[in-house]
Amino acid sequence: MAKADKSTAQRYARLVARRSPKPPVLRNAVTAFLGGGAICSLGQAVLGFFLVRGLTLGEAAITASAVMVGLGALLTGLGIYDEMGRWAGMGAALPITGFANSIVSPAMEYRREGLVLGVGARLFTIAGPVIVYAVAAALLASVVRLLVSGGLGG
Amino acid sequence: MPKSRAKAGPGKVGQTMVFAKAPTILGAASVVGPREGAGPLSGWFDVIKPDRLLGQRSWEMAESKMVEEAVDLALAKAGVKRRDLDFLLAGDLLNQIIASSFAARNIDRPYLGLYGACSTMALALALGAALVSAGFARHVGAVSSSHHDTAERQYRSPTEFGSQRPLTAQWTATAAGAVVMGPPGQGDLRLTHATIGRVVDNDQKNPFDMGSAMAPAAADTIVAHFKDTGRKPDAYDLIVTGDLAAVGQPLAGDLLAEKGIDLGNRFVDCGKMIYDETQDAHAGGSGCGCSASVFAGYLVKNLAAGKLRRVLFVGTGALHSPTSYQQGESIPCVAHAVAVENGRVCGN
Repeated sequence: MAKADKSTAQRYARLVARRSPKPPVLRNAVTAFLGGGAICSLGQAVLGFFLVRGLTLGEAAITASAVMVGLGALLTGLGIYDEMGRWAGMGAALPITGFANSIVSPAMEYRREGLVLGVGARLFTIAGPVIVYAVAAALLASVVRLLVSGGLGG
Repeated sequence: MPKSRAKAGPGKVGQTMVFAKAPTILGAASVVGPREGAGPLSGWFDVIKPDRLLGQRSWEMAESKMVEEAVDLALAKAGVKRRDLDFLLAGDLLNQIIASSFAARNIDRPYLGLYGACSTMALALALGAALVSAGFARHVGAVSSSHHDTAERQYRSPTEFGSQRPLTAQWTATAAGAVVMGPPGQGDLRLTHATIGRVVDNDQKNPFDMGSAMAPAAADTIVAHFKDTGRKPDAYDLIVTGDLAAVGQPLAGDLLAEKGIDLGNRFVDCGKMIYDETQDAHAGGSGCGCSASVFAGYLVKNLAAGKLRRVLFVGTGALHSPTSYQQGESIPCVAHAVAVENGRVCGN
């Protein structure tokens, strides 16, 4: 039968659209807000703790990030973070704990393929593209800034 | 029941093999994981594993272990020894079908590895029936498996990665189903017809909606089966697809309705049967092991008990790979149908 012709494919696409369940956008938005909000509030509390303990804002921010990364890694290892992600969606993926999850989950998954070809080669399967395009975007923004302001600034 | 228009004697009508000397099903067994064991079909499975690793060192070897157990249990029920198995037909979803091949290494009988994605069990039954019917074999084993965690890491993301799946997505079942086929006249359950499907592609590209991709293939094969055999839907107590799930099955119904075929209540789907709404499986189950375990568990047992007289088992497979969909190709699909009946209840 080979591939369907264009009109059959289009007609079928309309049928699929009619039969497909609509994603629960409102529910997803609410759980993402609550889940992401809870993680960020916790991060804020950790930041506050380090500020009270006398760290500068810069030091406290870095230390709080490290604590949240450690927490994300721990919850991934305990098999909890994937459940949180299923519930909160982007609310769990976007904070730095989600970044930890994206690194630790392949590390766990590919451990059986060894430390080099498994963990080493696959560690950044999910986070890799994020890092690549974050660096690329930063570079692009810097070039634009250089061209506009005409100097490296201070 | 309407008489078949197909000519008597071994042969092929259109896409359908007609087994005049119908091979029999001597034994069938299903081995499933904890989530499947907690589902609505719990009571029909032979073995429910409490965990998904089965004491093995990897998900892949756990899946392979399930294949071996299912085959051994089906052999035991059939009263057939490993050494009396003429051929083992097996397939799964993994690259190079390692779950099947590693189990075949232990079972140590002549082995034919198959790939038909989720249609593999139907494919194995069709080919096994052809081998027995043609007299090339007395006993053939057909087995197929899938494992949620092996499929996730191969097709999607690491199991502990926290992502939200769309509602159209199906949950790959951790399950294996095995059937031992024997010569005509040895048992009540007979495999009478096998309709081999064409590859159908309606340009669906979403790997998280395989039901929509596979529905046209299922409809195409069901239409061909009725055309080739002259049967009407009411010849069957159940017409069981595996696995179109909650999105694909109504679509297949729509496509059949366009051809003037109404399957009514007898149209069910393994992917919809294996989990219930509380199990967070979204559209339903999928994977070679889903239809294989539902066939070897629920269907064979009900046929043997005479509660079902005749069933059309339609395995549906999405023949894409991570490479093909990342390169933007659409999802080609295939469906194979096997007609199984209880000869004692249906008569000759």
